[in-house]
Amino acid sequence: MTDLLYSQDEELLRASVRDLLTARAPASAVLARTETDELYDPALWHALAADLGAAGLAVPEWAGGHGASWRETAIVAEELGRSLAATAFLGSTVLATAAGRSAGADDLVERLASGEVTAALAIPLSTVPGSGFPDTVRHSHETLTGTVRNVADARTADVLIVPALADDGPALYVVGAGAISRTAVVSLDLTRPLTDVTLESARADLIASGAEAVAAFDTALITGAAMLAAEQLGLAERCLEITVEHLLTRYQFGRQIGSYQALKHRMADLWAGVTQARAVARYAAGCVADADPDAAVAASLAQAYCSLVAVKAAEECVQLHGGIGFTWEHPAHLYLKRAKADAIAFGTASQHRARLAELVDLPAA
Amino acid sequence: MTNAEDDLRERVQKLLAGHDPQGDRMEFLRAQFDAGLAWVHFPAGLGGLDAPRTLQSVVDADLAAAGAPTNDPRRIGIGLGMAAPTIRTHGTEEQQHRWLRPLWTGDEVWCQLFSEPGAGSDLAALGTRAVPDGDHWIVNGQKVWTSQAHEARWAIVVTRTDPDVPKHKGMTYFVLDMKADGVEVRPLRQITGEAEFNEVFLTDVRIPDSQRLGAVGDGWAVAQTTLMNERVAIGGGAAPRESGVIAEVAKTWRTRPELRTPAAHDELMRLWVEAEATRLTGLRLRQQLAAGAPGPEGSAAKLAFARLNQEITSFELDLLGADGLRYDDWSSDTWRTERPTSVDFLGRSPGYRYLRAKGNSIEGGTSEILRNIIAERVLGLPGEIRVDKTVPWKDLPK
Repeated sequence: MTDLLYSQDEELLRASVRDLLTARAPASAVLARTETDELYDPALWHALAADLGAAGLAVPEWAGGHGASWRETAIVAEELGRSLAATAFLGSTVLATAAGRSAGADDLVERLASGEVTAALAIPLSTVPGSGFPDTVRHSHETLTGTVRNVADARTADVLIVPALADDGPALYVVGAGAISRTAVVSLDLTRPLTDVTLESARADLIASGAEAVAAFDTALITGAAMLAAEQLGLAERCLEITVEHLLTRYQFGRQIGSYQALKHRMADLWAGVTQARAVARYAAGCVADADPDAAVAASLAQAYCSLVAVKAAEECVQLHGGIGFTWEHPAHLYLKRAKADAIAFGTASQHRARLAELVDLPAA
Repeated sequence: MTNAEDDLRERVQKLLAGHDPQGDRMEFLRAQFDAGLAWVHFPAGLGGLDAPRTLQSVVDADLAAAGAPTNDPRRIGIGLGMAAPTIRTHGTEEQQHRWLRPLWTGDEVWCQLFSEPGAGSDLAALGTRAVPDGDHWIVNGQKVWTSQAHEARWAIVVTRTDPDVPKHKGMTYFVLDMKADGVEVRPLRQITGEAEFNEVFLTDVRIPDSQRLGAVGDGWAVAQTTLMNERVAIGGGAAPRESGVIAEVAKTWRTRPELRTPAAHDELMRLWVEAEATRLTGLRLRQQLAAGAPGPEGSAAKLAFARLNQEITSFELDLLGADGLRYDDWSSDTWRTERPTSVDFLGRSPGYRYLRAKGNSIEGGTSEILRNIIAERVLGLPGEIRVDKTVPWKDLPK
């Protein structure tokens, strides 16, 4: 049975990542960056991805990584969910790395694992695992043409991995950022803004075709869904903490508002949800790390469960902060926006319920 | 494999060599207790060998492989889970030797006399009086929700011995002989039509002072030992996917396509996801216990389990439609004669499951009290305002 606990090494990794994010990306700084042209902090990315080695955790040592696994990668995702610092982690370290490894694109994976280069997987962030191979980009005459909307972490990516339809079927290509045009999307989530990507006869290098391309696409989505669940867990946990803190320091009617049973019970229910989300997210991370045959079920289960807990936690955070929770200056809105966007990323909870129904043989009406 | 493990397995083989596992069940269980293989973490002479608790599974596996009988832990759960740890922690040497052996073998069944009509969530408000009379106590009062009182030989009971001090201070804990004069057990018929529980009326019941557990006035502290162990016992088990009531609904869904609707499908899958999340939470809790670091997650598991069981069983009736209108048995004669000793959710009709699940958020601590406990002990939120802390018990409004 998958180990659902955190190892000592994982707790050490967590402490390092949290120290870094607390020092370099406090809530006020994260908010301030959303209104500048420098949302992404290159120095922070270097410290996280290269110095702490977060970008290479799930890459074997022979391939230029650190030989840990998606389990440890999930710890970083949890911490980034708590912090909301804008990084290329989901697009590059999770999606592009998972796709690249599956496709055997060793050179690219090695560069991604070092943290020196970032990549994005050119798919809409809302793509559901198990959905058909994308057909909005076509390959002909050695070049790619087409448009992909709502791509995560493409804004600063050095390269893109692009799923496209070639004459002989599905294929995956690598395209340099210089060969595409990017349009920034005004995004619901301020700390993970999306990009519309357009390719017009863009020069591209093939990395996988046919069944291998489809497998890489599927693997990337399942891995993405599992790692996103860890991010949602971290986000929910942080929202619970902030809210409890507020309930302890805010006085009304001469009492701490946290002494009112109506609010205590809401916090207890939220804590129970977060506790269950942790078990579910750990299971998904473990299954993906071990390439367990249950990974597809585990990832969809994690999305069907953790999406709702994260949104609930962020909504409770806004509501129980009262007026301050509705302001721009308090970070509650950043959590709400991320939580809601995450709930749509890789499919909504109801889309994952439908997918689970197929996977566990509980057919629709 | 460790030395301690080798030693235990050797002892199991010696037990099996000397006692036929297919022979007399009670004789074998007594021999197992005397060999220290009942609960290996207990002291020698009391059914154990002072070994690590985790090694019990080694013993149990070897005994099961040899076809040895078990002590039917479900039937004697209150004795094993609640009375035994309390006797072990607070009992005298003599008390431990008198009670633990027949408790473990199942020779003697135990029940728990804690709740009263006026003391449920607020157990410390209980009013069953115990008054000293020489080297005895005379007990009068009424207890309620007592599973297995009708077959129990012994009870653990908390009484009020000093009404003039605040409620937590004036209680004393005893072991009560259920065969003593003045003990009257009446079945308590419940929402399902059956009677798992009893009311127990105590009228001038004499308890020897030698059956007191802990000091006079220390009953609340002793009761905490019992209740802590109840919470540990209620934690989730290692069940496979689609266990329990969700299995029944999934089976119905797969075998009766005519019942399927799109709205019901999404609801089914929502419940399936919740059930799987609750199952994984239980697994994680077990892994924490095995690693020796139990967390407060058991409270989350119980809260989730209670709500989920109610939602699933309610959905099952809706899904069945016309069939959901039928019930299996309300008959007024069987409930007196056929008394369940444990809850069987799956052996009865969906209507029974729906009704029995209503008890899940009440028994073993209501979900509301559980939320208070989580909010205060886990999240550190302020405690409820207590108006009764310093008031003598006799002056509390009742």
